[in-house]
Amino acid sequence: MKIHLKLFAGVRELAGQDDVELDVDEGTTAGGLWERLLTDHPKLSGYTEIIQVAVNQDLVDRGVKLKPDDEVAFLPPVSGG
Amino acid sequence: MKYEIVQDILDARKLTQVVASEKDGALVTFAGIVRGNNRGKKVLFLEYEAYPDMAVKMMRRIGDEIEKTWGLTSVAMQHRVGRLNVGETSILIVVSAPHRDDAFAACQYAINRFKRIVPIWKKEIFEDGELWVEGPVEALEAAKE
Repeated sequence: MKIHLKLFAGVRELAGQDDVELDVDEGTTAGGLWERLLTDHPKLSGYTEIIQVAVNQDLVDRGVKLKPDDEVAFLPPVSGG
Repeated sequence: MKYEIVQDILDARKLTQVVASEKDGALVTFAGIVRGNNRGKKVLFLEYEAYPDMAVKMMRRIGDEIEKTWGLTSVAMQHRVGRLNVGETSILIVVSAPHRDDAFAACQYAINRFKRIVPIWKKEIFEDGELWVEGPVEALEAAKE
């Protein structure tokens, strides 16, 4: 199934990409998607403990199973204001 | 009510016009300004980046929280993204209320909450490098429902 991945700030720069469409297996969790991202971009490992996951703009636990067409974002700790 | 991520220069006067009304006798504006130094280092300029759809959603949520706590609905927030020079305004929060105590309290609540749950990031650019600033790790965690 297709999902839309969005990356921001430090994560975006380390991965060298912002918005991508990905094909993932049914049953893939948000955490599983992060693991896949780490395989492609090992430099991101420092973020594993500190990122939050948003699916369709809502914060979720990493165990959440993704659905077709979900928008998934891995968010570093925020620093706006 | 108005919640926006914008590219352009922020104008406090314009935003106050959005929330001002005859029933309110107090209007508090918070403006966040780009500081020329951080942790003892000279900052040349900042770059802000947002997840705009989610940022607006979170701002709306802060507005809802203010309505629940203080019964106020006259709230507006704007955050600018892109390159910001020292002295420029990065964020505006305006709260209008019948009386000043609620206006001050709700505005302070809004900026504190904003800094914790709205997905926006800033990069500081120094003479000898640059750094994505990352806030407290537990901040966003607190925004999970």
